[in-house]
Amino acid sequence: MNSKYRRLFITIVIILTLGLATKLILMALEDNIVYFYTPDDLIEKFGDTKNIQNKIRIGGLVLESSIKKEGEKTIFMITDRKKEVKVVFKGPLPDLFREGQGIVAEGMFQNNNFIASEVLAKHDENYMPPEVADALKKNNVWKGESD
Amino acid sequence: MFDWLANPNRFNRITEKIQPYILLISVITLISGLYFGLFDSPKDYQQGDAVRIMYVHVPSAWLASFLYFSLAISCIFYLVWKHPLADLVSSSIAPIGTLFSALTLVTGSLWGKPMWGTWWVWDARLTSMLVLFFFYLGYILLSNAFERKIDGSKTASVLAIVGLINLPIVKFSVDWWHTLHQPASIIKIGGPSIDDKMLLPLILMFFALSFFSLYMIILNVKTKLIEKKCEALLLKSNLEEISKIG
Repeated sequence: MNSKYRRLFITIVIILTLGLATKLILMALEDNIVYFYTPDDLIEKFGDTKNIQNKIRIGGLVLESSIKKEGEKTIFMITDRKKEVKVVFKGPLPDLFREGQGIVAEGMFQNNNFIASEVLAKHDENYMPPEVADALKKNNVWKGESD
Repeated sequence: MFDWLANPNRFNRITEKIQPYILLISVITLISGLYFGLFDSPKDYQQGDAVRIMYVHVPSAWLASFLYFSLAISCIFYLVWKHPLADLVSSSIAPIGTLFSALTLVTGSLWGKPMWGTWWVWDARLTSMLVLFFFYLGYILLSNAFERKIDGSKTASVLAIVGLINLPIVKFSVDWWHTLHQPASIIKIGGPSIDDKMLLPLILMFFALSFFSLYMIILNVKTKLIEKKCEALLLKSNLEEISKIG
């Protein structure tokens, strides 16, 4: 093998080895990399919300007709269409916050209620003009988030 | 093929001819892309007018990744085949890639505030993009950090190749983990989930920024070739001077 091909071979081996190492590291750190848990993930991982002492983030959709205002507090349910979590939040909500919207809430559990310190809106990967969205909804072929 | 293209004189001759066209295509697509993007494309059903940030943000992000890929491939050519022009190409790509990764982070932040409600979060997509930006900076810093230019080029090339691993992480972070950033809309299984009227300015802007990058990279390579020539001439005249004295 001449030196050119030996160098090429070494380069490829280094890339593959580092790639594998990175993959293993990322797998080991998965819990730190996920930005939020869905309500279903939470139950699967922790069993019960009483076991969660730390600050965490929950992501999901705002359950339809679950939004209640109590003074400064907003109370609503986050759902992943399997399980739900009740969220209490005091503070300004993002503009996109509405029923059926994907959101991420950060906070802590207190007696089964999730006391959020921050609520962020998440939007989906569909981009379309409002007329198209309306037409899709009318014809019941809507695949995006309900709003 | 590679050796054929890597002849500096031939490179100068060919690029001399195509450079004006590259600039022309870039300007035309930029103007039409901005027109469609800002005036003649619909609002988004959720995001309203804020969706227009996409026409700068998304092409910048694509280019930041693609330019990094080109940079790293060019570094492999440099380390394996030891061709000096490959090093010139990598170091010419680096500042353009840095610009686009910075632009991606800044426009993303400006988009995140009104839509998500935050300038920045440490989710996998945003963090890996920041890492890409740091790889660009690291490459530039390392390649200038040595007394002898060739030491810098070699070390920086190794770093650039290591950074190649970050690229699939940037692209697939939104599929592998829960992130605040939404999943891919254009390059994904099942075709794009974006309205055609919004896809048009996006593609136009992508062409505009791609051809702009190509133009700037050619310009950078040419400048570096001239610099090298000057250094060689200077060295030669110094040597002559010395031999006269001697």
